[in-house]
Amino acid sequence: MSGLRQLSRAGLETVDNWFNRAFGPAWNPLYQLGALGWFFYWITIVSGVYLFVFFDTGINQAYESLEYITNVQWYAAGVMRSLHRYASDALIIVMMLHLMREYVMDRLRGARWFSWVTGVPLLWLVFACGISGYWMVWDVLAQYIAIASTEWLDALGIFGEPIARNFLNPQALSGRFFTLMVFIHIAVPLIMLLVMWIHIQRQTNARVNPAKGLTLGTLGMLLVLSLAEPAVSQAPADLSKVTAVVNLDWFFLAAYPLLDRVSGGTLWAVFGGATLLLLLLPWLPPKRREVPAVVDLDNCNGCGRCAADCPYTAISMEPRSDGAAFTQEAVVKDSLCVSCGLCAGACPTSTPFRRTTELIPGIDLPDLTIRALREQTLAAAAGLSGAARVLVFGCCHGPALQALRAPGVAVLELPCIALLPPSFLDFVITRKHADGVLLTGCPEGNCHHRLGIMWTEQRLAGERDPYLRKRVPRERIRACWAGVSGSRRLQKELAAFRAGLDGLGPLERERPQPASPAPGQEQEHRA
Amino acid sequence: MHKLVQLVGQAIAYALFAVAIGYFATRPAYTHLDPDKALIKLSFSHAGQRKGECRRLTPEELAELAPNMRRPLDCPRERLPLRVELLLDGETVFQGELPPSGLAGDGASTVYRKFPVAPGQHRLNARLRDTARTEGFDYESEQDIVLEPSQVFVVDFKSALGGFIFL
Repeated sequence: MSGLRQLSRAGLETVDNWFNRAFGPAWNPLYQLGALGWFFYWITIVSGVYLFVFFDTGINQAYESLEYITNVQWYAAGVMRSLHRYASDALIIVMMLHLMREYVMDRLRGARWFSWVTGVPLLWLVFACGISGYWMVWDVLAQYIAIASTEWLDALGIFGEPIARNFLNPQALSGRFFTLMVFIHIAVPLIMLLVMWIHIQRQTNARVNPAKGLTLGTLGMLLVLSLAEPAVSQAPADLSKVTAVVNLDWFFLAAYPLLDRVSGGTLWAVFGGATLLLLLLPWLPPKRREVPAVVDLDNCNGCGRCAADCPYTAISMEPRSDGAAFTQEAVVKDSLCVSCGLCAGACPTSTPFRRTTELIPGIDLPDLTIRALREQTLAAAAGLSGAARVLVFGCCHGPALQALRAPGVAVLELPCIALLPPSFLDFVITRKHADGVLLTGCPEGNCHHRLGIMWTEQRLAGERDPYLRKRVPRERIRACWAGVSGSRRLQKELAAFRAGLDGLGPLERERPQPASPAPGQEQEHRA
Repeated sequence: MHKLVQLVGQAIAYALFAVAIGYFATRPAYTHLDPDKALIKLSFSHAGQRKGECRRLTPEELAELAPNMRRPLDCPRERLPLRVELLLDGETVFQGELPPSGLAGDGASTVYRKFPVAPGQHRLNARLRDTARTEGFDYESEQDIVLEPSQVFVVDFKSALGGFIFL
């Protein structure tokens, strides 16, 4: 990770932590900016449909119908109009924050390019929606937008006659052009919905709804704002007068004042160049392609846990091809795999207890096989000495781990914490390779690989296959989701954990009797 | 106590978000043009004369063509550029040659220009040449106008209506 990105990420995590204190990780709005975008989108759709009932699309009647909406039916349609405007402004904010955040967090490279690239046209579509919406009010702001937009479009040189001539004076005004705007304002959101759907296609369990508490809080905030500062029209448009001073919506229209300073062609070049740059960012600079996960059919029983846990829909379950007595097998789509290893962590055959056969799980990461992980675990544990020996497993997107090394502390770095099968914790603790295991990585709610922390916690809690066996004493496991900025917190947590382990003393049973296995655990030793 | 602090934190976050949206949705106001100025817009679309003369086809030549393509005149497509000048109180505010549009240069020439000017009384003179002549203009109009602050005054051109139109 580059120094600048590391610094940006640490800064972002600091802001995240402020929000975590107020909202908690589950409600933190910065962790669900995409979902908030969806929420604001639906508010604008619902409010827009309601407004359309009362809106008159005639160029001479549009302004009057909006005056009715705002002043006569202020309690319903007026509130809807304000919600429509403020939700669309909020959409711009969360969309921009979402874009910046995903860039800083480096969640756009490798197989993740798809979500990034499909998000770029959404920027243009959202702005097209908002600008065409302001046009429909046909007040002085709409007049300013209409003239500035058509002059800017004319700079492309693709129209036989300048389309800005449609707004030359009141006589030149045509209702047909206005009807086109109404059509655009309805058609573009529908296209947007399609692109938004495509945008999340390569994500498992894509989050399209914010947490319930955050949803209610945000909706309440918008309602209060709508009542306190209702959205109103400006003076009616008059093409015989210049719109000298306008109250701009700076979220949508911040670029328009630039047209008074640079030529339309220059602005097209800037925005076109910026769009191209955004589209190319996932490959700038090219990233070394990690080796994708591989399936070993001799050890795959087609249980489907890897496919269920893959955050990027890179694994599908296909009909068996090797004649084995199972109906399905896992198939990895190499182009979608980011080599996070969540699949290997989900595989019931990824158990370090296996002795009778070579340790090859049903699905594995060639760059860090489960067998290699077992060897590294044993080697790291062998170097531990003293009391309260702790083995720290951390993901490479979390805090720096090397500083934790001590005679009683060994560390192992993984691409994602959910690569670690729960059986490794069982192995380390019940075989007394260490007195305790500390798991660390990205901040809670902000996993680099989206679902790693959630899956790990659910596996440890016995809520998701593969479960951590009940026989493993939970007081010997600690999780600290510290993030890159949480090194100090992690050190404190480690010290406290070791102090607690010291009090517990060594695990009494040399080879504890296995408790009744959790559901699905029976398959653990299939090989 | 912790819950209360959380609620206060949330309230502050929501309030800041609402204030930011509410404020920047309409403020600060943007001054697009000095309100004390008027604006003259020169805009029209007009096709110059053809660059070459049309030639009348002979009956033999017409007979060689398909029946639906038998036009008596064979005209070159390319058109002449327009020469346009706009003068305000004797001062030239615009002077230019407008090329014909289209890949073959056979479309209309267009112009769309804006000139902020001080309000008050002015003398406006517009000239246009759309033929191959090298001196003088084919159309010329002059008018005394009185402009109000923020007024939009349009200089259009329609040959069918006799030339320049001041609106």
